[in-house]
Amino acid sequence: MDFDFYLSTMWSVLKALPLTLEIWFFGIAFGLVIATGLTWLRASGYKLGEYFTRAYVFIFRGSPLLVQLYLIYFGLSQFDFVRHSPILWPVLRDPMYCTIVAMALNTAAYESEIFRGALRAVPVGQIEAAKAFGMPAFTRFRLVTLPIALRLALPAYSTEIILMTKATALASVVTIMEMMGTAQKIQHDTFRPIEVLTCAGVIYLLLNLSIARLFAWVEYRLSPHLRPPPEQSQQIKPVPEVL
Amino acid sequence: MEFLSDLQAQFATAYELLAAGWGVQLLWGIGWTLAVTVVSMLIGAMLGSMVAAAKLSQRGGLRFIGESYTTVFRGEPELLIIYLFYYGGTQVLTGVARSTGSIGSTDILNMPSFLGGVLAVGIISGAYQAEVFRGSFLAIQRGELEAARAYGMSAWLRFRLVIVPQVLRLAVPGLGNVWQLTIKDSALISVTGVAELMLTANKAARSTHHSLLFYTLAGILYLVMTSISTPIFEKAERYTSRSFTRPK
Repeated sequence: MDFDFYLSTMWSVLKALPLTLEIWFFGIAFGLVIATGLTWLRASGYKLGEYFTRAYVFIFRGSPLLVQLYLIYFGLSQFDFVRHSPILWPVLRDPMYCTIVAMALNTAAYESEIFRGALRAVPVGQIEAAKAFGMPAFTRFRLVTLPIALRLALPAYSTEIILMTKATALASVVTIMEMMGTAQKIQHDTFRPIEVLTCAGVIYLLLNLSIARLFAWVEYRLSPHLRPPPEQSQQIKPVPEVL
Repeated sequence: MEFLSDLQAQFATAYELLAAGWGVQLLWGIGWTLAVTVVSMLIGAMLGSMVAAAKLSQRGGLRFIGESYTTVFRGEPELLIIYLFYYGGTQVLTGVARSTGSIGSTDILNMPSFLGGVLAVGIISGAYQAEVFRGSFLAIQRGELEAARAYGMSAWLRFRLVIVPQVLRLAVPGLGNVWQLTIKDSALISVTGVAELMLTANKAARSTHHSLLFYTLAGILYLVMTSISTPIFEKAERYTSRSFTRPK
């Protein structure tokens, strides 16, 4: 066992963690924005909006993320208007931005389905009660539908976030030196793939486990009504049996 | 009108390129993708059922192994697992071959890329299938198992006649999801050099400089594959649950 090698590899891969987290964070943030838009479009009741979101979800869930990434990074630059556009070109020629765009578009498809399911799962009685109280539509949404739906969406959303962590590794195929890319480089330099990939694997696993733990904690905090009541401190003493 | 003629020209080049041999190549790519997916699913089914059994086992040690398997292989990036099996396999094979002296001390014995890729994707798919099987097993009515035991069925008979048919019926929708996932994961093994659809599209894009065309084509072909499998799995679901539906 070459302990120093493990330590130095671990350290080099860890130094790329901020870049991985950066891709991860922006991918998720933009994805959330797009997903919200898609969910709204789907729920708005316009036929055209529904067709659009259906097609969007079908396309982005039905093809591999790698294809989408290549299409965005290599494919779109073939359009002249993309290369001459002052807004699009700086984004689409940068592999980092392309990864973020691909991840955001991809995750938005999955998330919009999660949110749609969560909105549909809000108990009708709750909404009816809010209506009976005379709440206007927006207040009803803000105070009743949204909090319940968010709580319902959380488990599936956390799964999606973990999938996103795994997806950041794809950035390495478009030359980004995040954790996977760094591990690849060390592995090529040293020809010791098993050791290097194990180090990277441990870091990815710890990252995902802590994300899962974090979401479990949030879920726990958000569902006090589902927990059994705390043990009463003053328990009723059993009646002593009198002989 | 200019747009239309431009589009027409685009289609003409696309047709030319596809007729010049890339079309056949892409078809081969689809074949390889399907081969990788089917073999990976089979490996995954074997591993998945064992892991599911381990996770449901009474013994703490086995449960721990099962839990670790699903946690690790669902928590790691697929790319990392694929690299581990491909490059790691090369490392092991080279080490063994060098020490036995069957190759020179500077030669490298490469892991066969199909084998490495299929093992990696199969093991990932196994982790997801294990969860599907476990869920379906837990969904079997307890009474059924108790009744089988009361009839004096042996463990094997119970497994064959009561557990397997029901687990399969309940697992089909979940397996459909894993199948879709595995098709998409199979695109990643292009990094090891298996000439499946993704790598073929890649090669075509690089050598003809029509990346937009070929990546779009690849995307469409993946969409076709994933959407064709939906009705097939629906049919399988109807077939496996035929004794649970009312006859017409």
